[in-house]
Amino acid sequence: MLATQRTDKWWIEPTLTAFGFLCFVIYTTWRAFSGENFVADNYLSPFYSPLLFENPAGHGLDHSWFGSWPTWVPNWIPKSPAIFILIFPLSFRMTCYYYRKFYYRSFFLSPPACAVEGIKQKNYKGETGFLIIQNLHRYTLYIALLYILILYYDGYHGLFRDGTFGIGIGTIILLINPTLLAFYAFGCHAFRHLIGGKEDCFTCPAGNEKIKYKAWKKVSLLNSKHMLWAWASMIWVALTDLYVMLVSKGVITDLNTWNN
Amino acid sequence: MSERKFSVWKGTPEGGKLHDYSIEVDKGMVVLDVVHEIQKLHDSNLAARWNCKAGKCGSCSVEINGKPKLGCMTRLNEYGEDETITIRPIKTFPIIKDLVTDVSWNYEQNKKIAPFKPRERDADGNHRFMQRDVDRVQEFRKCIECYLCQNVCHVLRDHEKKNKFVGPRFMLRLASLEMHPLDTENRIEDIKKEYGSGMCNITRCCTDVCPEHIQITDNAIIPLKERVVDEYYDPFMKLYNKIFKKSKLRIYIIKSYLVTLR
Ligand code: SF4
Ligand code: SF4
Ligand code: FES
Ligand code: FES
Repeated sequence: MLATQRTDKWWIEPTLTAFGFLCFVIYTTWRAFSGENFVADNYLSPFYSPLLFENPAGHGLDHSWFGSWPTWVPNWIPKSPAIFILIFPLSFRMTCYYYRKFYYRSFFLSPPACAVEGIKQKNYKGETGFLIIQNLHRYTLYIALLYILILYYDGYHGLFRDGTFGIGIGTIILLINPTLLAFYAFGCHAFRHLIGGKEDCFTCPAGNEKIKYKAWKKVSLLNSKHMLWAWASMIWVALTDLYVMLVSKGVITDLNTWNN
Repeated sequence: MSERKFSVWKGTPEGGKLHDYSIEVDKGMVVLDVVHEIQKLHDSNLAARWNCKAGKCGSCSVEINGKPKLGCMTRLNEYGEDETITIRPIKTFPIIKDLVTDVSWNYEQNKKIAPFKPRERDADGNHRFMQRDVDRVQEFRKCIECYLCQNVCHVLRDHEKKNKFVGPRFMLRLASLEMHPLDTENRIEDIKKEYGSGMCNITRCCTDVCPEHIQITDNAIIPLKERVVDEYYDPFMKLYNKIFKKSKLRIYIIKSYLVTLR
């Protein structure tokens, strides 16, 4: 394993990526299971959005879609509203072509880096065996597109406190979040295909530029920076949660027009 | 002029080893120049393949300090002054002698691919298409067939699945045919079953080593994988297309919608 003739520091990139991603996973897991401090007035943490139910302690009623923590939820389920929804954005990221690249490299060592031998596999199957599920990525994309709307709605919610229009640092953070997600999702490879890439001819039969072609061009532009948007949106979503948590705990004070 | 240390693999299919050389080098020299110096001054029977010395023929692929590269496009100043530069043949294909490997497996893959099948000519006997419809395909035409991508692809290199996957170079060729506005052949079934699109796990090493900077993974392989999804893993889209794209139902729905608007 890890046999290579390479003399450069090929392990830096996969290690840094793995470290960065692990930090995110640890933070997210901790926050998702905590089930607290996800609401600060009209700000809602994106890890908890859409908030289907308030948590058992009764936090988040303003934001919750269906009211209080339901009695039918079995006891063994962690008492955190994030449990119901976090799987959706997660499934989008985990089947993303870019994420696949880096976790195959950094975590599965398949291969760890170019021209570096990974774990020996008798019968390597690529994405034809169990990983055939990666082909469902476009379905998770549809969910992600929905999330953009939901998170913008949260940002919109962030403009009103007790019915009064205003703006705070939190509002801005909450509005940047879906914007970065949009840059990420609209540069998705599956989206690029569906929006026009699947056509063999963009201008047939008349030879004129169609909306499809223009859209494909724009999406291709975003797509060429897909990795950047993947990281930017991932880091930002964690920062957004962190901000809401700190404000909710009273560790920091949100600067805003409502005189907090 | 200064002296630099080089290590070059020499051998036959039965085996071989690295040989060390100390060579006077000049500013601006490339690795292929060094190979020629070795042939001239030290070892006239060192076998190496080359042709254009301009990065255009794709003959001089080797592994330099373990990285797949073109010998003629790799300048010595990419490496530290005291660093020994090691030149080995590409790993994935069988050795003929020294730095020369037998890449004929690649030609066999090419032959398997259903050729270009253009639609009927226009009434005036011409074939017409717009530039913007072939921009995509033209990127793929930059390929110089150096097979560095085939060499680095772990499916072929480490897992030796040459019987299951044609490799990135030929996924590129398949993409250039499938996306061609004039082509009428459908190769999607073969792309999945015969050419093995699912074997690629999009880890992008082919793109990383391509000397022509072709976005092999993003622009050729992933789009082909998405076309395979259309055909095999997206029943809803298929159903939707059946109902709305090709059938009269769609026309009927649109017509009745227009009527209600009126
Ligand atoms: S992206 Fe696919 S084809 Fe390219 S090197 Fe990796 S596994 Fe091989
Ligand atoms: S795609 Fe690039 S790396 Fe592969 S054979 Fe062509 S030029 Fe070489
Ligand atoms: S490919 Fe990255 S989100 Fe779809
Ligand atoms: S000699 Fe032609 S590409 Fe190097």
